[in-house]
Amino acid sequence: MENTEGVFFLTGKDFKNAGAASSSLKGILEGRGVPQPIIRRVAIAAFEAEMNVIIYAVAGMMNYTITDEMIKIRIQDMGPGIPNIEQAMKEGYSTAPDYIREMGFGSGMGLPNIKRNSDTLTVNSVVGEGTTVEFSMNLPPAE
Amino acid sequence: MILSDIRDILKAVVLARKEDMGMQIERAYCADLMSDVLAFSISHSLLITGLTNTQVIRTAEVATITAIVFIQNKRPDIQTIALADEKKIPLLVTDLSMFDTCGLLFEKGLRSCNGLEF
Repeated sequence: MENTEGVFFLTGKDFKNAGAASSSLKGILEGRGVPQPIIRRVAIAAFEAEMNVIIYAVAGMMNYTITDEMIKIRIQDMGPGIPNIEQAMKEGYSTAPDYIREMGFGSGMGLPNIKRNSDTLTVNSVVGEGTTVEFSMNLPPAE
Repeated sequence: MILSDIRDILKAVVLARKEDMGMQIERAYCADLMSDVLAFSISHSLLITGLTNTQVIRTAEVATITAIVFIQNKRPDIQTIALADEKKIPLLVTDLSMFDTCGLLFEKGLRSCNGLEF
């Protein structure tokens, strides 16, 4: 099958549409016939990454590439950056303000949840400039 | 059990997808932290929560949650109900607390997503 590529633009603090990009991505994966358990993993990781942009950044974008072998997602944001990535990868570590926690997020599970659901994950961040989170999931060989 | 059993046990009101009360539910997860739902729930389970914003529906959608029960008569706004309807996720609301909701459903045979069996 031909590769599918695309991009979603994300706006910081746009909580009304938070999750819409991950929802659309889920629909695209379903349309390609990707197995449901893998769709769930991709959708969860993408949603966590999308929420991070909405919560912390001014804006960002989510690029996706779907091949026969893998699904690759790259989320780049114009945000505050992460001073200590190792710390941010620990479950329960969060710098989210209370109003974000009251919405059910910011419990320090974002990056750990992305890691839990992906086969590869890289996080690059520059304080004051932004963060790029890139992850991929392998697809089983076609029958 | 099916959703109509859950509705009856909890004396719940159906806010969205009345036509889906025949859906089968075997497992449940309760939380107000959506990241915990994303991390620890399993596909096709029931979500019991006190949060009522649109992110709950988005979380349910990406985590393939079958249906949502809101506790203590916490009702989502019309946009949230409309999103649930669009995503085909039934919504129920009960007057009961989180503890009583879980207790009653457990007593009737519903089990957690985390494998504890009795």
